[in-house]
Amino acid sequence: MALHKPTKLKRILTVDLPMLAILAFTLGPYLWMFLTSISRQETLFTEGPSLLNATIENYTRLFRTVGFADNLLDSLIVAVGTVVVGLSLSITAAYSFSRFNFKGKRILMLQFLLINMFPLVLLILPLFVLMRVLGLLDTHLALIIANSTVAIPFSIWMMVSYINGIPRSLDEAAMTDGCTRLQALRRVVLPLCLPGIIATGIYIFITSWNEYLYALTLGGREVRTITVAVQTLIGEYEVQWGLLTAGGIVGAMPATVLFLLVQKRLISGLTQGAVKG
Amino acid sequence: MTHVSERTARRASLGRHVLPYAMLSPAVLVTLAIVFFPMIQTAWMSLHDYVLFRPNDFTWVGLDNFKAALSDEVFWISLKHTIIWMCTTIPAQLLLGLATALLLNQEFPWRPVARALIIIPWALPSVVIALMWVWIYDSNYGIANELLLRMGLIQQAIPWLADPDTALASIILTLTWQGFPFFAVMILAGLQSIPQSYYEAASIDGASAWRQFWHITLPGISGVMMTAVLLRMIWVANSFDVIFVMTGGGPGYSTHTLPLYAFIKARTNLDFGYGSAIAVLFTMLLMVVVLFYLRRTGKAVE
Repeated sequence: MALHKPTKLKRILTVDLPMLAILAFTLGPYLWMFLTSISRQETLFTEGPSLLNATIENYTRLFRTVGFADNLLDSLIVAVGTVVVGLSLSITAAYSFSRFNFKGKRILMLQFLLINMFPLVLLILPLFVLMRVLGLLDTHLALIIANSTVAIPFSIWMMVSYINGIPRSLDEAAMTDGCTRLQALRRVVLPLCLPGIIATGIYIFITSWNEYLYALTLGGREVRTITVAVQTLIGEYEVQWGLLTAGGIVGAMPATVLFLLVQKRLISGLTQGAVKG
Repeated sequence: MTHVSERTARRASLGRHVLPYAMLSPAVLVTLAIVFFPMIQTAWMSLHDYVLFRPNDFTWVGLDNFKAALSDEVFWISLKHTIIWMCTTIPAQLLLGLATALLLNQEFPWRPVARALIIIPWALPSVVIALMWVWIYDSNYGIANELLLRMGLIQQAIPWLADPDTALASIILTLTWQGFPFFAVMILAGLQSIPQSYYEAASIDGASAWRQFWHITLPGISGVMMTAVLLRMIWVANSFDVIFVMTGGGPGYSTHTLPLYAFIKARTNLDFGYGSAIAVLFTMLLMVVVLFYLRRTGKAVE
């Protein structure tokens, strides 16, 4: 099917149109949400959402009366904290997996794969009990710890595949020149896989930003992330769909933008392992 | 001189043995503390009568929670929904993802744009996904009803999420929407790893497009598809947050699934013992399915 060049019309019928249909299905709900968020509350139910007489009043209300700014800050602290914890713990571990052969390597690697296999509901109950005992409920730290349960194994997985892509001969050359292992890691390997580290960090940021169940269970009055805030909006402003959808757009914005920025590198890292089998 | 090099050699060899573990230990220790220890705690809690508002009451009840679950009607309803939910969502995501990947693998001018945009559902927070689909399904002003009414497919507005007959199906559509880009991206990567020369050879031999798909494309992406299905099974099992926000398990028990039921038991009834027991049961069921799947696909790949 790749050899004979199809005519333009045939291509439009068999590729462009189906692709457009799938894209419409993919983006439709999001665009509809956006359209609703810029419609006036008064005309929403009479005329329906429309681009004419667009307004930003829903957004200003969101920040003025609902206090979305605090929630955004909470989400930011938790997400950045998780990125720092996840990356700092996983870089040395990934290097070790990538470069050394040692006893128990298979088991340890398997362990990090297995963590991802357990359903979240198995962890959420004991983590709640644990945080209660430690007095950490309703703190940023509790949410950072909970998000790290996913972030650490994930970033180890990603970092191993990035470091594997850097030839061993480079660190060996650095060591012949008098570097120790750790210096070789810091001066040679890390700079080379910096793009990979950034992509992994951004992905951790996105998942922590989007996380909801831990934030609901372990957060509270003091620490309320954006996802919990959006959900609370649903309960409080039941039919004010303009306001609600504005909250949804704001809550989704950072993750969407970041994702579009790094998607190419991220996807190559994610799929590499799977394609090689 | 020789003495010194011997010593550095010994130190280097010691380093070679210890260094890998030293570099691993922070990550391993932290995951032991925040993942494995809590998991054992769940198993431990499931063997106790543990209700959070009676803090001093932590009595050993053995397998009573599990027995209670097996004779609990809601448990069986949730199990049935879990099976329906996973057996429809994953194949639907896979098929739609496969179609999307095949399209994205063709050449057309706006391919990079399409490839970037297709991923958006994947990047959205599940709460936002739930919110926008609740709005779409809204019984009075939702666009789903409006479109179907205008096309004449339905005679009157349907309260999609409030009707026990349609609630689960509506949620499954939402979850399919959320998850198919993942399959598309994974399968696309698989497609691009198939050497172009295979297709050239096949078309010289006169193989039709369908036969090329069946004998070159499918075998070439089977590995990726199996990995993707496995990852997705676990992800879907975790994705009860969308259900929780959209319907909270209702109306009645019509959208209860096992992980959601465990979560609700613990969250609203504060019954951590029973909730843990359901979580453990669900995990064991999932593990059985995963192991069975791995054995089957392992054989298929061989």
